[in-house]
Amino acid sequence: MNFVFSNRAKLFSIILMVIGAIAIVAGFFADGSEHHGRWWSNLLINGFYFLGISLGALFFYALHFATETAWAVMLRRVMEGVFSFIPYAAVVLVIVFIGASFHWNHIYHWMDQSVLSEFVSEATVDSDHPEYYDSMAEAEEAGVTALKNEDYDEIIANKSAYLNIPFFWVRSILYLGVFILFARWFRRRSLKEDEEGGTRLHTLGYKRGALYLVLFAVFSSTLAWDWLMSIDTHWFSTLFGWYVFSGMWVSAMNVIIILTLYLVSKGYLKDINSSHVHDMGKWVFALSFLWSYLWFSQFLLIWYSNIPEEVTYFITRIEEYKVPFFGMFIINFALPMLILMSRDAKRNPGFLITIGTIIFIGHYLDTYMLVVPGVLFESWEFGWMEIGFFLGFTGLFINRVLSALTKASLVPKQSPYLEESLHHSI
Amino acid sequence: MHKEAAIREPLILGDKTYHDITADVVGPIENKAPRAWYILITIAGLISLWGLGCIVYLIATGIGVWGLNKTVGWAWDITNFVWWVGIGHAGTLISAVLLLFRQKWRMAINRSAEAMTIFAVMMAALFPGIHMGRIWLAYFVFPLPNTFGSLWVNFNSPLLWDVFAISTYFSVSLVFWYIGLIPDFATIRDRMTKPLAKKIYGLLSFGWSGKAKNWTRFEEVSLVLAGLATPLVFSVHSIVSMDFATSVIPGWHTTIFPPYFVSGAVFSGFAMVLTLLLIMRKVMKLENYITIKHVEYMNIVIIVTGSIVGVAYITELFISWYSGVEYESYAFINRFSGPYFWAYWAMMTCNVVSPQLFWFKKIRTNLTATFILSIVVNIGMWFERFVIIVTSLHRDYVPSSWSMFYPTWVDIGIFIGTIGIFFTLFLLFARFFPVLALNELKSILRVSGEKYKKEDH
Repeated sequence: MNFVFSNRAKLFSIILMVIGAIAIVAGFFADGSEHHGRWWSNLLINGFYFLGISLGALFFYALHFATETAWAVMLRRVMEGVFSFIPYAAVVLVIVFIGASFHWNHIYHWMDQSVLSEFVSEATVDSDHPEYYDSMAEAEEAGVTALKNEDYDEIIANKSAYLNIPFFWVRSILYLGVFILFARWFRRRSLKEDEEGGTRLHTLGYKRGALYLVLFAVFSSTLAWDWLMSIDTHWFSTLFGWYVFSGMWVSAMNVIIILTLYLVSKGYLKDINSSHVHDMGKWVFALSFLWSYLWFSQFLLIWYSNIPEEVTYFITRIEEYKVPFFGMFIINFALPMLILMSRDAKRNPGFLITIGTIIFIGHYLDTYMLVVPGVLFESWEFGWMEIGFFLGFTGLFINRVLSALTKASLVPKQSPYLEESLHHSI
Repeated sequence: MHKEAAIREPLILGDKTYHDITADVVGPIENKAPRAWYILITIAGLISLWGLGCIVYLIATGIGVWGLNKTVGWAWDITNFVWWVGIGHAGTLISAVLLLFRQKWRMAINRSAEAMTIFAVMMAALFPGIHMGRIWLAYFVFPLPNTFGSLWVNFNSPLLWDVFAISTYFSVSLVFWYIGLIPDFATIRDRMTKPLAKKIYGLLSFGWSGKAKNWTRFEEVSLVLAGLATPLVFSVHSIVSMDFATSVIPGWHTTIFPPYFVSGAVFSGFAMVLTLLLIMRKVMKLENYITIKHVEYMNIVIIVTGSIVGVAYITELFISWYSGVEYESYAFINRFSGPYFWAYWAMMTCNVVSPQLFWFKKIRTNLTATFILSIVVNIGMWFERFVIIVTSLHRDYVPSSWSMFYPTWVDIGIFIGTIGIFFTLFLLFARFFPVLALNELKSILRVSGEKYKKEDH
């Protein structure tokens, strides 16, 4: 049975999108921060958060092929729905990157020429767009009297072999291209399997799944460095990529549960039984631990060693962002740990949806904490603009994902593991 | 009702019945040991004696007989410690994590992997013990009240966390392993004809009667222990990694250490499981239970964990440059091009490059290739710890105190000795204990046995 996107759900998502559109337009004019830093941060946070959810779903999709997991076959179409959002989120990120490259926003500090060049021409030093030179000789050649550039930042300049605009674009396009390509390919394979049956396409899915895991193993780290860690340009942490990845994964499993339970409550996916629900609950429970473990490992080691160039990252967050910083950790760690510990809670749709909604917000706050302190430092505000953006993007996500779900049967009819998944019982 | 997809490969080959499983597993315990066993245990026993002799010499003389010097204060001792703890990781992963993931193939390998874990952790614990010099004061690692005559231990020290982490891990692994053994001991007890052996196995089986009540409790406790053991799989090696990562020594202080050490530990543990099981399946004729498919699954775990470790190596290397911290960058440049470059490249080749060969199905289903690669990985993982520990220490901030580490015969002797002790214990296990979880295997015979699968479809 195909899913029908009800008018009520459509209306709900459209209302959210309208709220979001108002927040985006009004926010741009209301944002008093320098270079509209707050407005652009919101765009990056939401773009990244929903991309992360979609990528987490794509990762789990590839993983369940590579590990020959049968029970999750019943969720395959739901996962396909979630990762169909990748291109939309990609567009949002590309807008942010265009803005950054043209200096409309200053999220990525290292994109500013002013920090990269050691010299500046005396004549233009006080203007809006000073002329910069890498060496005295270069300035002399141009016939300009040059001064030492006060804004020059040696640490950032030394990173420019990696952090430079062209290479950043090459990498970003490569990541997004690979994600979109694999998402489309997996979806096509899945639809073809419904018609063709047999095991040929299944084996192909297994192989491509493994291949995707390899690519994602690398990209998940590097994209986190490029898009998030480089905001705090001086700072570095080797664990950062894995930490961001675990956040994506748990958020994705969480959204997949909520979506599946919604579909079940509307009378779809009748063969989802309590064992499937229990298993999904286990994933959110376990991955919340994984996320907390990685968060804590990074925090503990940096706090314990107390090396100035590293610890500043947490000092800003603890001194200026105490409530969201510790708040989101409590939400994302303590809540799932305490509440989803029991077997009954993991089988109870009401619990799962309530907890799921709270940690959906919790991981949004995590993404917020990854971006904002590096952009706005101590002059941050959390208000209608943040809420409006988040609601708007949630609306867009609901709208696009539910509409993608209408396009095919909710059950992958011909998967060789379907029978095993239908009889799933633990 | 459980249903298994037709495309899953069988996990028990041949035309086995329940009785056959019992006979195949218990047979070697009841019969006389083959000559090869006597030869192996003699060799392993002699090596153990040699190792014990070296330890006695070390304790009697002092740790100055090791090659340590003022700059390199930690070397083979801690390398061996981390190496053995790492090997001790696979057992609990297989029994706990794979149990939670409902991987049925674990049932053929969990028993020996858990035994291996316990023996490996024992070997690991030996090293910090003898490193103390005055081993008779070893009890001071535990927090003893001041009235005992000394100060509290330093609760801020990851070395103390290690004491807790490893002793907890050891206890839980031991209990887990033993509980799994109880029904199998009972099976042996019921078959034994020799009165003394019957008595001993009867005691070991705690009066197991096989009632439904016994079984439900057995299953419940297994699940609870699996839940407890899974966080331990993470915590033990995370805390071992913090012995290094909480410091401010370039090359040691890096945030990726906890998960990367965990992954490395699983990697080396699986390699050792493969080394042991490939010999055992041959000698004890267990080819129908530890099938090529099992070997393939383990090899896939090797690829995954090896690649995770590879990503971590490259991340560290990249970030050392990206950080712009000159000491950090130098530590890594020194690793791959300094006087210990050969150790670095041995580690890279063995741990990152060689497991990639398992992408080829031909190689990962070939027993000889797997056996060789499993040993290569064991060597590589030893070098990893050596590289981390020695290359980060040997050139410190003051060039006048730069030095090299040269192992003495005592360093080498003790390391080889622990391998001997480990193998002696494992050989004793293989002789007197049920090497496969036979009662668990019986529970999958009907769904995953080759004959039954054929009949079903």
